[in-house]
Amino acid sequence: MKSSNEGDYWLDRPGSVDKVYWSVWIGCAALLLVEPLIHMHAEVSIAQWFGFNGLFGFVSCVALVIAAKWLRRFLMRPEDYYDR
Amino acid sequence: MTAEFSPGLTLILGSALLPLLPVRLRGAYTVALPLLGMLQLAMLHTGETGQLDFLGMELVLLRVDRWSMLFGWIFMIAAALSAVFALHVRSALQQAAALAYAGSAIGAVFAGDMITLFVYWELTAVTSVALVWARGTQASYRAGMRYFLMQLLSGMLLFFGAIAFYQQTGSVRFDHVGLHGLAGWLIFLAFGIKCAFPLLHNWLQDSYPEATETGTVFLSAFTTKLAVYALARGFAGTEILIPIGAVMTAFPIFFAVIENDLRRVLAYSLNNQLGFMVLGIGIGTELSLNGTAAHAFTHILYKALLFMSMGAVLYRTGTVKGSELGGLYKSMPYTTAFCIIGAASISGFPLFSGFVSKSMILSAAGAGGYIVAWSVLLFASAGVFHHSGIKIPYFAFFGHDSGKRCEEAPRHMLVAMGIAAALCVGIGVYPAPLYAILPFPVVYEPYSGSHVLAQLQLLGFSALAFAVLMRTGIYPPEMRSVNLDTDWVWRRALPAVGEAGANFVGAAQGLLGRRAARIGSTLLAWVVRHHGADGWLAQPWQTRGMSLWVLVLLLGYLVLYYI
Repeated sequence: MKSSNEGDYWLDRPGSVDKVYWSVWIGCAALLLVEPLIHMHAEVSIAQWFGFNGLFGFVSCVALVIAAKWLRRFLMRPEDYYDR
Repeated sequence: MTAEFSPGLTLILGSALLPLLPVRLRGAYTVALPLLGMLQLAMLHTGETGQLDFLGMELVLLRVDRWSMLFGWIFMIAAALSAVFALHVRSALQQAAALAYAGSAIGAVFAGDMITLFVYWELTAVTSVALVWARGTQASYRAGMRYFLMQLLSGMLLFFGAIAFYQQTGSVRFDHVGLHGLAGWLIFLAFGIKCAFPLLHNWLQDSYPEATETGTVFLSAFTTKLAVYALARGFAGTEILIPIGAVMTAFPIFFAVIENDLRRVLAYSLNNQLGFMVLGIGIGTELSLNGTAAHAFTHILYKALLFMSMGAVLYRTGTVKGSELGGLYKSMPYTTAFCIIGAASISGFPLFSGFVSKSMILSAAGAGGYIVAWSVLLFASAGVFHHSGIKIPYFAFFGHDSGKRCEEAPRHMLVAMGIAAALCVGIGVYPAPLYAILPFPVVYEPYSGSHVLAQLQLLGFSALAFAVLMRTGIYPPEMRSVNLDTDWVWRRALPAVGEAGANFVGAAQGLLGRRAARIGSTLLAWVVRHHGADGWLAQPWQTRGMSLWVLVLLLGYLVLYYI
């Protein structure tokens, strides 16, 4: 189905995905580095700790995915499960 | 057009005229009617009109205040945008049902009493199911039926609740209800079903992905947000809504991560977003209620935008299964861009609409000291970015290139998505007009440096988690599958119990069969002897016998008279 005269896409080039991947790391590092420059205030005291939001985001997403993957054992059925 | 005429009725009555129009005018008509409705909204004045005495109960057909106006406006905008998106549809039934559905939801938010609310409440069920059935598949027929039954159950509970409320208070006026007595609980449950409370939720994930590519866009806007409106008016500050809302924000995201049908992923995330609103209602402060109202407003726009982008993919490729898609950014670059804007909005990126509304609810939870609820909301915020913000665009438009090549979405779909995307960005950049129409005066500034950085860190590290999990291969791949949810109870467990019951009855019949047959034949013989063709009671009686018996009776009467 792919046509041969398809345009050249940056994401298809070797190494591009790596660049995206490492730029996420760099972006996150930058977000942590600027934190001391900004006066953090929040309604909940724990949210004012250094790096709290980043750590919370990372840990909760990893936990979410691992838990959901584990749930597949109990919840996943073949696509025609209800039609049989 | 008099002042008593509900803007909802404009759409409902207008939809009845649609089949009479020539086919080529119908599309334009479906867009023009909501625009006419907006004109009518702009002319409404605060206050109550259309009082009507019905069986001794006072009905208020049109109540205009800040709550009803806010929802009236966003419903009308959603109706217009969805109608633009559906301009290619040629089925008069679908077009008329969609208009009438939007009209019913609008009529319901302007209803000042529970009887009027009930009538519109039921109308939303009847009209919306047509959008599911319009898909025309067996699966959509069955899912539509299950959806319809749940909606009717909600309506029935509301009706009984309204009657009980009338008996308790002598009024059917719809203001704060609270969980007092039977009436309160019945009404609460009715709203809870329509709002997809945990365990009552599955009609949503079951039916929305089975509707047509345009039908789901309409469905996503009205039913559940009508329930949010009703809860906010009837149960603000009801504490039980805090744990309910917290559970609602958290559990659907686990399902969303492993779900393959991308429109079903969106349905789970819709459920999760409703949780934010329900929690805001439970806290019940001015800030949290403002947050709920604002979040309903922004949510309708970005959710419609996300469903539009997946609808466009379905329209062009014939599927929205994550396992079969990927690499579509090459074929549908505009749709990709609009989808990413919707994804950024639902995730609450600064400068997008979700940020300015969701943060009000989080702040209200934190300020109220609801630490557990607050941390669940934070978890859900990270999770929603993970599955709606990244997963949807990634598996549909990027990820593994499926080799599918198709045309870009049709122009009218791009226009609808473009307007919705512009509104998402517009509200995010300049929230003041939205804040100005919220139910309570707003003293809230979303764009503080601390707040923006905290949100960016949360989202940035969630993205990092996704990237790391993808690269290490831990992230579960999209697979052709279904996941069990509560619908398993009525699609598998209950039928199985019914089958077992039928088998038991059959076995019992076999066991008792011979004896039962003997008793039956004896009984039948007795009946035939008396009532059969030759039976005693069927024989003709002679006249002289009759006159003899009459004589005996008369004599007996005479004797009794003299005693």
